[in-house]
Amino acid sequence: MTTEAKEFEPEVVAFCCRHCAYSAADLAGGGRMTYPCAIKIVEMPCTGRANVLEILHAMENGADGVAVAGCLPGTCHYIKGNTHARQRVDHVSELLTKIGLEEMRVRMIHISAAMGAQFVAEVTNFVETIKDLGPSPLSRDTGNARVAPGSEHAGSKP
Amino acid sequence: MIVAEQKPLDEIKTMLEGCKKVLAVGCGTCVTVCFAGGRREVGILSASLRMSTDLDGEAIAVEETTVQRQCEEEYIAPLEADLEEYDAVLSLGCGVGVQSLARQFPGKRILPALNTKFMGFPSEHGVWEERCQGCGNCVLHITGGVCPVSRCPKQLFNGPCGGSQDGICEVDPGTECAWHTICTNQLELGLFEEMMKVQPAKDWSTSRDGGHRRIVREDIRLPEIEKA
Repeated sequence: MTTEAKEFEPEVVAFCCRHCAYSAADLAGGGRMTYPCAIKIVEMPCTGRANVLEILHAMENGADGVAVAGCLPGTCHYIKGNTHARQRVDHVSELLTKIGLEEMRVRMIHISAAMGAQFVAEVTNFVETIKDLGPSPLSRDTGNARVAPGSEHAGSKP
Repeated sequence: MIVAEQKPLDEIKTMLEGCKKVLAVGCGTCVTVCFAGGRREVGILSASLRMSTDLDGEAIAVEETTVQRQCEEEYIAPLEADLEEYDAVLSLGCGVGVQSLARQFPGKRILPALNTKFMGFPSEHGVWEERCQGCGNCVLHITGGVCPVSRCPKQLFNGPCGGSQDGICEVDPGTECAWHTICTNQLELGLFEEMMKVQPAKDWSTSRDGGHRRIVREDIRLPEIEKA
């Protein structure tokens, strides 16, 4: 009987703008391109909707990495949503360092709806980065998860 | 509004050493508007503390709530029901909020998560500037709507000092000289000559120099019998 170590399969949440990255993921699927199954896509009306708290809750709930995928600079359907998203992602990177996690576990990606192949390349590259970093010390695999599966997030009183 | 900013995470963690369960309390008024202690900031700080202390191996259970105003008894009194289960309360209110909680709940550790900075306004999104120090004796009617107490580093009352260069303060190149702005405003208002009137020396006893301040309004104060 072999005792091969189980390969690390990361969980990566991708907050995707419906006007670009979400459609690019669709295009990739339609073109029979594959990207890592580690990517768990959350559709958003605009990455301007992604706030610091949601990204942190994803990390707290055991995600090994979080990507925020919005439109190319200057092409946001809501003018500046992707610009605000990038500012927030930069802020979360700093926060993660203060918390004790690697800043590279969160990444902003800019993509257009026509860039299916680039979407695949970007998310594959991000998943490889997360694999290199290893599992988040807060992920369920390590037994350190603070939040029970299915609960929205920890500790909020009504 | 009262403007505050969050203390560094490490400083807050040091304050919480030895605690197992903490209630983070936000305030829905000034510190919500300046993005320092509203519901979202409470969520971000609480999540950060839960994750960070977990990684340190001494996890603290941080729960969250936000009240409309921490500086008024009627809004914070309902917190008492659950307070026994917490080792400490982490206030994301201004200094007034922290002290209101400490007064309301004697015997409970109330810890400040924010540094209260000043009374000011947002000059642009994400930038706040001081506008009032609460000196208790407003002079804005004779200074063109610009406060020399809060905006002049020297708190001068007789015009710009020698450090005023092209309308900029020598203390900070990003700051307008308050007295340059006062003079400009008074000229535009046609009230420059008003500034030539000799003003009595400012009475600083209404400011911090007079010690702890208190306002009593007998016209709206409740009679002793009603307080009971």
